[in-house]
Amino acid sequence: MIKMRGIRKVYDTGRIEVEALKDVDLDIKGGEFVSIVGPSGSGKSTLMNIAGCLDVPSEGTYELDGESVEGLSMSQLADIRNRKIGFVFQAFNLLPYATAFENVELPMMFGKVPARERRKRARELLERVNLGDRLDHRPAELSGGEMQRVAIARSLAMKPKLILADEPTGNLDSKSGAAIVDLFEELWKSGTTILLITHDSTVATRTNRVVYLKDGMVRSQAREMAADMKALKERKRLDTMQ
Amino acid sequence: MYLMFLRQLFHDMKGQKLRSALTLFGIFWGTTALILLGAFGHGIHAHQVKKFNGLGEHIAIMWPGRTSMTYKGLPRGRSILLREDDVTLMKEQIPELEAISIEYQDWSIPVRHDKVLISARLSGVAAEYGDMRNVIPDWGGRFVDEIDVRLRRRVCFLGNELKDDLFGSAKAVGEIIEISNVPFTVIGVMKPKGQDSAYSGRDKDKIFLPYSTSAVMFGHTIANVIVWKAKSLEVHKIAKRKIYEVLGKKHKFDPGDNQAVSMWDTTENLDFFTNFFWGFRIFLLMISFATLVVGGIGVANIMYVVVKERSKEIGLKMSLGAKKGFILSQFLLETLLITFIGGFTGFLFAMTLIRIFPSFNLEEYIGIPTISSFEAILSVSLLMVIGLFAGFFPARRAANMNPVQSLKM
Ligand SMILES: Nc1ncnc2c1ncn2[C@@H]1O[C@H](COP(=O)(O)OP(=O)(O)O)[C@@H](O)[C@H]1O
Ligand SMILES: [Mg+2]
Repeated sequence: MIKMRGIRKVYDTGRIEVEALKDVDLDIKGGEFVSIVGPSGSGKSTLMNIAGCLDVPSEGTYELDGESVEGLSMSQLADIRNRKIGFVFQAFNLLPYATAFENVELPMMFGKVPARERRKRARELLERVNLGDRLDHRPAELSGGEMQRVAIARSLAMKPKLILADEPTGNLDSKSGAAIVDLFEELWKSGTTILLITHDSTVATRTNRVVYLKDGMVRSQAREMAADMKALKERKRLDTMQ
Repeated sequence: MYLMFLRQLFHDMKGQKLRSALTLFGIFWGTTALILLGAFGHGIHAHQVKKFNGLGEHIAIMWPGRTSMTYKGLPRGRSILLREDDVTLMKEQIPELEAISIEYQDWSIPVRHDKVLISARLSGVAAEYGDMRNVIPDWGGRFVDEIDVRLRRRVCFLGNELKDDLFGSAKAVGEIIEISNVPFTVIGVMKPKGQDSAYSGRDKDKIFLPYSTSAVMFGHTIANVIVWKAKSLEVHKIAKRKIYEVLGKKHKFDPGDNQAVSMWDTTENLDFFTNFFWGFRIFLLMISFATLVVGGIGVANIMYVVVKERSKEIGLKMSLGAKKGFILSQFLLETLLITFIGGFTGFLFAMTLIRIFPSFNLEEYIGIPTISSFEAILSVSLLMVIGLFAGFFPARRAANMNPVQSLKM
């Protein structure tokens, strides 16, 4: 599903250049449930943006679903995002003036799905994430967990093959976070490929595979990773103690 | 679904209350100004043309003068006097003339009715004079006719204000008045008219007699003026040239000598007048156009702010697959909507003012403002063009945003 070779990403801020990704190779097969972990600033979001065709790498090649995305126009990239990828963000990113229902409809509007089908599917998806009774609520009238479930319903609107989630539980308490991960697991079982960025080791351990990113590079060293995982666990322990 | 976009726009505008209000007001005012100035320009122009024609439409007035060029050995400075036979000659020899009338004038003639004695201006004229000079009888009366002239009848026609002075609100037609102690029958009273140019006082204050009668009574032989009108504007210049030729031949002056007989050609004034008013109206249009452009800049400005505040939403839409075109048209439509709301209320406001204007009774001074459908369509399209321009640049900025950057905001 995802095949990255020698991906480098440099942000040129004018004064200084930041090398967010150094030489990343990444393979994710269709049907995998993969988490990316790593310290803050290690380049996880950058990697996610490239995987999601929101940004292009400075160097290296990226094939999504067997097709190279190199040299595609803005409009072609928009099409790929619309049809192949579902995004879930840490900050939910729902349109504040739209109802849950309308938020789910939005990608289908960009994908030119006929209105009747659009409405049917939006309803189905919201029922699927257990929000069948919240269709006309605005984001401000929903809890964090509910907002994220709307966002997941939205990410599924165009039946994408790949779901990209950047710290989807980061703004949630552990209980609603767990519910979100349950939902991802369910989706994965029904055949969707999922790539999930997380800080949370318990979330990471529920995925098939963990990719560890540090300083813009994928680290395979088990030791280094184990150490960081231990630190993560420690933090988690402290969190639960509070 | 689409209502959602309206809700959002409404909310954005609410967040920018003052700015939005000022912007809407700018467009509103610009449109109002555009339409009102257009309509008043129109009305004033039409009113001035009407008043101008109060003297007579497309007429020329000539006075006896002095030669300013030597001619066949004759010196300059000879005075050229015009008489009735000159009028007869012109009538015979110039087929382009539609009407011509001699006019004998007296500045101060005592006119009496009952106990009222007034010193009035008097003109002795031919039958054709009335139509040419727009001296039209009010209901129940008539102007001097050819039989009056032929029989030298003692009849007179009164300017409407002179009539009011002599008779008040009483009926004048058929009554007797005394002119220089000689009784005359009133045959008609002038219908009130606007008149903003004259060569011997306003017609409303004058008294008109058949020229033959005034010649006998006051010994007139020399024309003070001759008034004429050509069959059409096309032959007007030809007629004018022929007048100089015919009179030049008779009185022995150079046909190019336009001081031997001086001529006030109102068709020339009309050209100037028309140009002046077009200039005036274009000036008015430019002022209102400028107001509208300022309004447009205001709209563009507020849309820049809206784009900036909504960059997160733009980034989100892009990440969900919205193409540039969608973002562009969304902002463009929003701008057009704002422009349209401002413009439409301005349009309605201006139209209402135009509708109720006649009740202010200012017609006499500035005419009745009117707006042609052409001007209405023009203002609306102008508004839309301004809306498009105002929306295009902020919309383009929105459409060219980088989705990652804007999502971060
Ligand atoms: N738009 C940007 N401009 C400049 N530097 C950036 C930009 N985005 C990210 N970076 C830098 O790139 C590095 C990786 O960032 P990011 O991918 O967001 O890390 P993570 O998501 O793992 O916390 C960081 O050092 C960050 O400061
Ligand atoms: Mg991040």
